[in-house]
Amino acid sequence: MTVVNRSVLPIRSQEDIVRVRQATRESAVAQGFSLVDQTKLVTAASELARNTLDYGGGGEVEITRLSEPPRRGVRLVFSDKGPGIADIALALTDGFTSGGGLGLGLSGAKRLSNDFSIESKPGEGTQVTIARWR
Amino acid sequence: MEKIPILKMGRFLLVTVQVDMHDQLAMQLQEDLTERIVAARARGVLIDISSLEVVDSFIGRMISNIAAMARVLDAETVVVGIQPAVAITLVELGLSLEGVRTALNVDRGMALLQERLADEQR
Repeated sequence: MTVVNRSVLPIRSQEDIVRVRQATRESAVAQGFSLVDQTKLVTAASELARNTLDYGGGGEVEITRLSEPPRRGVRLVFSDKGPGIADIALALTDGFTSGGGLGLGLSGAKRLSNDFSIESKPGEGTQVTIARWR
Repeated sequence: MEKIPILKMGRFLLVTVQVDMHDQLAMQLQEDLTERIVAARARGVLIDISSLEVVDSFIGRMISNIAAMARVLDAETVVVGIQPAVAITLVELGLSLEGVRTALNVDRGMALLQERLADEQR
């Protein structure tokens, strides 16, 4: 697996969520994703960026374009140093929310991605990694 | 401050969302629309989202909220112009936009609103 391009964006404000969507779209286009695949990845990125801001108290995303012939992908790693998630299985349940949302952010982002993993330690923070391939 | 314009056309309000909205802008639209429904005594709201390339759960919730608030204020909401890729993503995300009427384009959305008004006056 080769890294084609890597960039890191801060997630500190609502405007940053918009910028994460735009940067994710750029990477998906550069990797030759179809419009549907672009939309799925950008939507997943939007959900996770909002989680990073709202629940993690802000953080960053690392956007990486990957090449693993014959396939090409985009990997997104969202990290925060927030309170962490005590029960990951519960947090991944549709409709579960600890905030005021619909509870679709994490579970929805998982469905919209090909690869999904989450690491979290209460009191230390959360790291969510997703990837989509074409 | 940045705002999304709301146009009045007869008894209806028209909103065309053309920017990639940040959350506060979406919240502002929700507030502005409810105020305008009352001030204009509007009976219908048409929201054109054909320029939106992404509808995530936050925007989806905002659309559902607008429809619910409008209903309480005796106005019908129709959302038009959802892009095919957005529709596919919405369903996979788990959002069904319950309680929101949709139409393929502005013409059909307007026709829907007019029919409803005509039915009432009959």
